Amino acid sequence: MVDQPILELKNVSSNYGNIRALKGISLKVFPGEIVTIIGANGAGKTTTLMTICGIVPLREGEIFYMGEPIHGRAAETLPPLGLCQVPEGRRIFPRLAVEDNLEMGAFFRKDQDEIQKDMEIVYSLFPVLKDRRKQHGGTLSGGEQQMLAIGRALMSRPKVLLLDEPSLGLAPLIVRKIFEIIDDINKKNRTTILLVEQNANLALQTAERGYVLETGSIVMEDDAKILLNDPRIRKAYLGE
Amino acid sequence: MILESKKIWKNYAIGLVWLFVLLWPLLGIHDDGSLTVGRAFRVWLYVLVATFLCLSLYLLHKNDILKWVTSPMAKVRNRVTAAAGALPNWFWVLSVLTGAVLFPLFSHRYAQDVAINVLIYVCLGLGLNIVVGLAGMLDLGYIAFYGVGAYTYALLNLQYGMSFWVALPFAAFFACISGCIIGYPTLRMRGDYLAIVTLGFGEIVRIILNNWMELTNGPNGLLGIKPPGIYYPSFAHGFSLEFLYLKKLHYLYYVILFLCIFTIVAVYRLNYSRIGRAWEAIREDETVAELMGVNTFRLKLLAYAMGAIFGGIAGAFFSARMRFVSPESFSFLESAMVLSMVVLGGMASIPGIILGTFALIVLPEVFREVELYRMLAFGAAMTLMMLFRPEGLIPAKRVGTRSEERGG
Repeated sequence: MVDQPILELKNVSSNYGNIRALKGISLKVFPGEIVTIIGANGAGKTTTLMTICGIVPLREGEIFYMGEPIHGRAAETLPPLGLCQVPEGRRIFPRLAVEDNLEMGAFFRKDQDEIQKDMEIVYSLFPVLKDRRKQHGGTLSGGEQQMLAIGRALMSRPKVLLLDEPSLGLAPLIVRKIFEIIDDINKKNRTTILLVEQNANLALQTAERGYVLETGSIVMEDDAKILLNDPRIRKAYLGE
Repeated sequence: MILESKKIWKNYAIGLVWLFVLLWPLLGIHDDGSLTVGRAFRVWLYVLVATFLCLSLYLLHKNDILKWVTSPMAKVRNRVTAAAGALPNWFWVLSVLTGAVLFPLFSHRYAQDVAINVLIYVCLGLGLNIVVGLAGMLDLGYIAFYGVGAYTYALLNLQYGMSFWVALPFAAFFACISGCIIGYPTLRMRGDYLAIVTLGFGEIVRIILNNWMELTNGPNGLLGIKPPGIYYPSFAHGFSLEFLYLKKLHYLYYVILFLCIFTIVAVYRLNYSRIGRAWEAIREDETVAELMGVNTFRLKLLAYAMGAIFGGIAGAFFSARMRFVSPESFSFLESAMVLSMVVLGGMASIPGIILGTFALIVLPEVFREVELYRMLAFGAAMTLMMLFRPEGLIPAKRVGTRSEERGG
């Protein structure tokens, strides 16, 4: 770990409504890594990502991206820097065509030729999206919508991709496939990935390092393999 | 099947009883306090016969008993739609345009007057469509911009003698500015809250117009506004340019037709631009649009300002045509009217809005004899719409068309 972290949270606190959802969490993500945050419902996983992206205002602490502070910046200024999120529950634009959904991912970009090239790359990654590119996003199945949400984020050429529960509500077979693609994106493009998951088993198998979040605080952090074999984790999150 | 129709008839009977209970106080109680049943019963009987016929036909159709009539009809219909689909789009646009241009040649004053009204409201509807249909913000005070445009031209013309064409950009500009002033504090809100605040701002503008005696002459309104004029070449005494006020109704018709075409083209271009897509993304999911790098606040303000510009243009023409403005033309009811046109026609669909405007302006004129029941019919029509065509008369093909047009 000689590199400088590409994304670093220092003692970050934020509120969700009137509830303190994050109670001073610190984490580091290094370039090219897959890092996962696991935790139960309501532990503050989504809030963490939304705070990084500037949607939920930060109360205390600092967030650094490539050495620069990004806390207090408007949410829409982050994708151009290479920080993009795939939000929880997919949240594609249901009444826009698949193609238009993807183009929205590249909204801030002006290089039309490159955008078209990237769209072809996304289509080669998810051939099913190419077949359905004229369809409304809302008419896709859950798995296809997740692929669309990931594809949309890839259209912004992210350096750091934040993924919020990509396995939510999907059949196990499709979850496997999505995770393979996530791994693929990481290996091929050296895209750094911060993965938030409830499916701890799969997340820890995919990731290199992991953080365990419990009611707004980080209670453990270690290499994913070590966490996977930790008896406490196995008991609390893997159902043993 | 039999059980199902039994259920339908039972509901129908309950509906009829309920209708009578509703109709009787409306038609049976008179001003002098007397009560009669006869009139209400007669109307109720008409409704009964009509709905009974419709329902019977529907049930027969559903049970495939009417197949010998419907199947040839369906064939004809399919053939007609296929033939219509085979003709290119520009053919339809061109034929509508030709019809609109030739319209004053074979129509009288009254029809032209109604047509001018329709075109004004088409401009307003398309402007509001940017805010409501594309960006998905419910705006109940849209008519304020119409008022700003109307008063801008009226005042510039009366105070400085500015001609219509010079004042038109000013009207658009001031409407745009007032859109920004209203939009800036309100657009942080979403959904219902935004609707209430815009409703308030709409009323504020009307009340200002009503009370600022020195500037707007209050409820008395402003009189003596000049109609639009044009220069035309004359060869009577050598060559010279003569100035002509377009007072005749059919000249005014062409002016608003021109403005209307301008609006349609502009809205169409906006609709299928990058900005239009961003507006639709905001309508679908504002937070995610922000996560995708869309400056949602700026784009919402832009939508508001753009809508206001078209409202302002329509307003300037309105005052030039009436040659009189007063605050009562800009009441909340007008806002509601424009909004119903957008909703009735189909949000975000340009042909839909044009059709919706036709329906709401022309039909009341056609059925003038039964004006008393206008609101009743209006309510019934809206209810039926929500039941059978909740997406509007001509729903927007939004997505489909845009992607197909790219020829992918």
